[in-house]
Amino acid sequence: MAYKIVASQCTSCSACEAECPNVAIREKNGVFIINSKKCTECIGYFDVAQCVAVCPVDNTCIIDASYPRYQAGSAA
Amino acid sequence: MDDFRAFDVGAAEAFDDVVQAVAERQGCGADGGGGKARCGSGAGQKRLAPEIWEKVKTHPCYSEEAHHHYARMHVAVAPACNIQCNYCNRKYDCANESRPGVVSEKLNPEQAAQKVLAVASAIPQMTVLGVAGPGDPLANPAKTFKTFELVAKAAPDIKLCLSTNGLALPDYIDVIKTFNVDHVTITINMIDPEVGAQIYPWIFWKHKRVAGKEAAKILSERQLQGLEMLTERGVLCKVNSVMIPGVNDEHLVEVNKAVKSRGAFLHNIMPLISAPEHGTAYGRNGQRAPSAHELKALQDRCEGEMTMMRHCRQCRADAVGLLGEDRSGEFTIQKIMAMDVSYDIKQRRAYQNKLEQQRLANIAAKNIAAKHAELETLAGEATDVRILVAVATKGGGRINEHFGHAKEFQIYELGARGAKFVGHRRVDHYCQGGYGEEGSLDTIIGAINDCAAVFVAKIGHCPRDSLIAAGIEPVERYAFEFIEQSAILYFKDYLDRLKRGEVAPAARGDARIRQGAFVSA
Ligand code: SF4
Ligand code: SF4
Repeated sequence: MAYKIVASQCTSCSACEAECPNVAIREKNGVFIINSKKCTECIGYFDVAQCVAVCPVDNTCIIDASYPRYQAGSAA
Repeated sequence: MDDFRAFDVGAAEAFDDVVQAVAERQGCGADGGGGKARCGSGAGQKRLAPEIWEKVKTHPCYSEEAHHHYARMHVAVAPACNIQCNYCNRKYDCANESRPGVVSEKLNPEQAAQKVLAVASAIPQMTVLGVAGPGDPLANPAKTFKTFELVAKAAPDIKLCLSTNGLALPDYIDVIKTFNVDHVTITINMIDPEVGAQIYPWIFWKHKRVAGKEAAKILSERQLQGLEMLTERGVLCKVNSVMIPGVNDEHLVEVNKAVKSRGAFLHNIMPLISAPEHGTAYGRNGQRAPSAHELKALQDRCEGEMTMMRHCRQCRADAVGLLGEDRSGEFTIQKIMAMDVSYDIKQRRAYQNKLEQQRLANIAAKNIAAKHAELETLAGEATDVRILVAVATKGGGRINEHFGHAKEFQIYELGARGAKFVGHRRVDHYCQGGYGEEGSLDTIIGAINDCAAVFVAKIGHCPRDSLIAAGIEPVERYAFEFIEQSAILYFKDYLDRLKRGEVAPAARGDARIRQGAFVSA
């Protein structure tokens, strides 16, 4: 799995972009999006997903269940 | 909202008129003697150390006197934040921290620098650039300091300032010093984690969300540490506090002591803005805002401790122009990127010197007039009577605004010791539909309901009758005169009438504080 951003809730504050250890987040057309190929759910870096922890709007950075759970060491 | 006043860049003539009109505004003298501040912040010359006065006298946010003369602007380059506040709704940007209202246009540092140069070239009295948000500048250090770097290079005469919640502050002391930032504002709402837990749901700290008292404790320690480090290094620090009734109102007296002892030179206590439609946590849970009386009482209690700032209008972080005179619509990204800016520092200096001379001359004239009136008029008056009066003014320390055009009223307290500026009441939001309308008039009366009189340059029949019915005396006879001098004459007359039993010393009610950002229309 990876995280995704609920576009309708995103304030485009950019806070998550700077915190992501994988540089998986960028701005696109005014809102921020997560590159699911780069997102490791912060596994291997931090105990909590950084985008979730810093986002001012709860339930905006959420698990994208359409991807399998990230496995540390595997090529997600 | 940014387009409330369309501006044609080519209309240089119209622009000159504006600048000219602005230049003609005269000083609102800060100190009339007796050690009592007379206007605004009370940041008058005599109450501040000379080196601090030297720094703040041309800063429109810090000196009531300067804000009629000099302009500041904020650029919204810092969207991210590292804490959550109950008075803030990040969907609509922060409601109290720096710009209650809306910052509609986010800029990157290059755009921001271009905007600053464009504005500074058009408005020579633009002397201060602030980064205040819409998030926290120090949660966006790269963007904030890049902006400072670009501006410092192109326009070295512009002062830089920033506002922060303080969480990241101790980490950036050296950078702040390097960029010669001379004004830092820290928003400190508490020093007690118990209180803080009711204001801040969480902070983002060391890659984790921290909540409750633990969060408040970290935040408070960082704020006070940052404040100390800055003042030790000679950087001017102002403290902003949001007054939240029942949460930190009593506590702010302690905050005042704590920040004063750490060298803050000014403490600005602002009323909470918590209208339900802003969607903040406080707005949703019905946390009320303080009344004008409560705010003034708290400011009075803290004044013995240190210089208080009473003229803050809680402007938007991207406001352009003199305080209270928002011109941001003239400088949108498209417009500034298309402008061919030539920054002429010499011309700006010459203009500012002229302005400064004019300002000093006006202060002198006004102070002499007020002093004279005070000595002549109030000599031998021993009275405990105190009344508030509202004044319609465009600045210059004179009663020179039409009642119906006033976007705000200055409030003076009159007593045996003279006239003292104690705050502003904003009514801007309501008079857009033209005055004379029932609704807007009620609102104005609500905003100055605690005043015995309102001084105006002119007033129509309809509002006049309504004011009288509400027990507020409309006073036109001091039109275009100096405020304080007139107020003292009025007070003398009021006392005489009181003695003759012509006016009853009716206890006035409280007044409502207008909610929302100050955006003049
Ligand atoms: S969960 Fe971690 S890795 Fe994934 S986008 Fe968020 S911050 Fe980046
Ligand atoms: S932190 Fe949340 S609101 Fe801010 S840009 Fe990221 S997803 Fe959007």
